[in-house]
Amino acid sequence: MHPFSFSRADDTATAIAAHAVDPHLAFIAGGTDLIGLMKDRAALPERLLDINGLPGMARIEAPPDGGLRIGALARMSDVAANMEVRRRFPVIAEALLFAASGQLRNMASIGGNIMQRTRCAYFRDETDGRCNKRQPGSGCAALHGLNRNHAIFGWSQSCVSTNPSDLAVALTAMDAIVIVRGQAGERRIPFTDFHRLPGNTPERDNVLGRGDLIVAVEVPASAEARASHYHKVRDRASYEFALVSAAVAIAIDGGHIRSARLAMGGVAHKPWRLTAAESGLRGISLDDGDALKSAIAASFSDARPLAHNAFKVELAQRVALRALQTAGART
Amino acid sequence: MNLTVNGQARTITVEPRTTLLDALRENLGLTGTKKACDRGECGACTVHIDGRRVLSCMTLVAMQEGKNITTIEGLEQNGIFHPLQSAFIEHDGFQCGFCTSGQIMSGVAMIEEVRAGWPSAATTDLAASFSLANLSREEIRERMSGNLCRCACYPNIVDAVADAVARS
Repeated sequence: MHPFSFSRADDTATAIAAHAVDPHLAFIAGGTDLIGLMKDRAALPERLLDINGLPGMARIEAPPDGGLRIGALARMSDVAANMEVRRRFPVIAEALLFAASGQLRNMASIGGNIMQRTRCAYFRDETDGRCNKRQPGSGCAALHGLNRNHAIFGWSQSCVSTNPSDLAVALTAMDAIVIVRGQAGERRIPFTDFHRLPGNTPERDNVLGRGDLIVAVEVPASAEARASHYHKVRDRASYEFALVSAAVAIAIDGGHIRSARLAMGGVAHKPWRLTAAESGLRGISLDDGDALKSAIAASFSDARPLAHNAFKVELAQRVALRALQTAGART
Repeated sequence: MNLTVNGQARTITVEPRTTLLDALRENLGLTGTKKACDRGECGACTVHIDGRRVLSCMTLVAMQEGKNITTIEGLEQNGIFHPLQSAFIEHDGFQCGFCTSGQIMSGVAMIEEVRAGWPSAATTDLAASFSLANLSREEIRERMSGNLCRCACYPNIVDAVADAVARS
């Protein structure tokens, strides 16, 4: 790795102030993404500020209203093992347990998980040189290269990569809120607004700026939370990023869907909410497979597959259907 | 900086960019922890920090001030192997041996995770508490998936872990 200096933060205000004025400073928590990026020279911070000592930021709180507040420094494994998370939001526990490995889940923080950068091989590999995320203006090698793992929605000529976080897909479905502290105080960012589409500035994955620190993620209570499920399809059975995944939560009334929440991973630069499918699913019987399929299909009319990933359009709809039926069995 | 390694207080001088893995191998001479992919993809460098299994290649030693580190060299007590070390020998849980220290360190901490009631992706009922009695072969395979073995000794590794659990 390149040389850098290292210090530890004792309080959030000082950490935020240091980050705000120094474009070459990066926060480090679990380090499982940042250290890999530094080894691959996709991140070259001159100063690292270790935020693991910030007080009170690793707490997992389950208030009586049925929601959750997860501190940004809570580790993936601790959140997945938490019985309130498992009972209230199975989709969140599953998204965590189906991600990475036991060792990485013990290290990786929740804040870092939703900040993790794409696994696009052209972004991670410094030898190609054409990646707008790595070097703005250098082009996108994946657009006409090997793009089996890339986006089918929302991509631009600048970038066709996907967001690799499983947790972010579950949090998108549950309308979670990212609590960010900055120099002007605290603000609440709806999860669907947290990550960005690439447009002409794919180097920016999310809406955070200098001096912004994620302090927690809040998940509101909802009627759909308990009947929720995360279904992940990947090239090997474990310890692999998603090819396609779905987070689903539903509420049922007399065997018919009262409301449904659907988000997908592995299909876009951000977790992809299936809003058209959600409205079409209302009132449909869980036993009516054809009606479920056509409601889901409504969200795929604007899919734009690349040369090597047309299979994802069909696969994603099947994954969404499977996730819906599994969640339905939990009602 | 100061840390405790295998029960001994150690003081080392390192550059900030030194990973825990390189500090163990290069500064402390503990070469039992192996460096293979160096990208968090293979598990060969697994050690324990304060009892939890982690990948020593993906953390900086500077982040471990005051922490308790255990490596494969610290697993035996008074010259007696940990039961999982013995089980790996009895069940022939390795061929070339390069992944073995990581496998064993991972397995030892994984069994503690099960004792603490942690579920896995192979667990069918997340709302129920999990215990050692539920640790099927499928569960062991899922929970050990962060440790790759190029010699593909997986069936014997699963046997060794299952046997160590049965004898514990």
